[in-house]
Amino acid sequence: MLFFSFFKTLVGKEIAVELKNEVTLRGTLHSVDQYLNVKLTDISVEDAERFPQLAAIKNCFIRGSAIRYVQIPKDEVDVELLQDAARKEHAGGK
Amino acid sequence: MAAVEQPLDLIRLSLDERIYVKCRGDRELRGRLHAYDQHLNMVLSEVEETITIQETDEETDEEIISSKKRNVEMLFVRGDVVILVSPPLRTGAS
Repeated sequence: MLFFSFFKTLVGKEIAVELKNEVTLRGTLHSVDQYLNVKLTDISVEDAERFPQLAAIKNCFIRGSAIRYVQIPKDEVDVELLQDAARKEHAGGK
Repeated sequence: MAAVEQPLDLIRLSLDERIYVKCRGDRELRGRLHAYDQHLNMVLSEVEETITIQETDEETDEEIISSKKRNVEMLFVRGDVVILVSPPLRTGAS
């Protein structure tokens, strides 16, 4: 649940989602669920010439398992909070 | 006597340290670990991604290995692409 909570703090921010099929979508994070499926609004495709299929798409739902990376602005992240949460999540041999 | 540690506990020791992550698709990441979970989803900062490309010359059948690097200031990595996690490899270390 750690990363579900983490992504909830990023709702409304602009992120770049790189999928396992090499497509990178930049957009505003609208919502996220426990499977880390995401909905992005107002998307733009990076390297749009290579991937013209999504030119007409404004909003999308991305299955969490299709994601390889999510690029996040450094300023939006409280690293201390993240590290504390990760330590607590795995304390005591969980 | 030290308590038995699970592999995930060893990753906990690397929080806020720089680590090396080998990923599927001939990719490697080097960055500072801020969070992880049992799926090996991770958040890294100041990341350098190295993608290794193997091409075979059509005429000479020679194998050409090259690599592409890029930097990302803050990156979420989905756990199902992770192969291994380690402290950064040092060249020439015993």
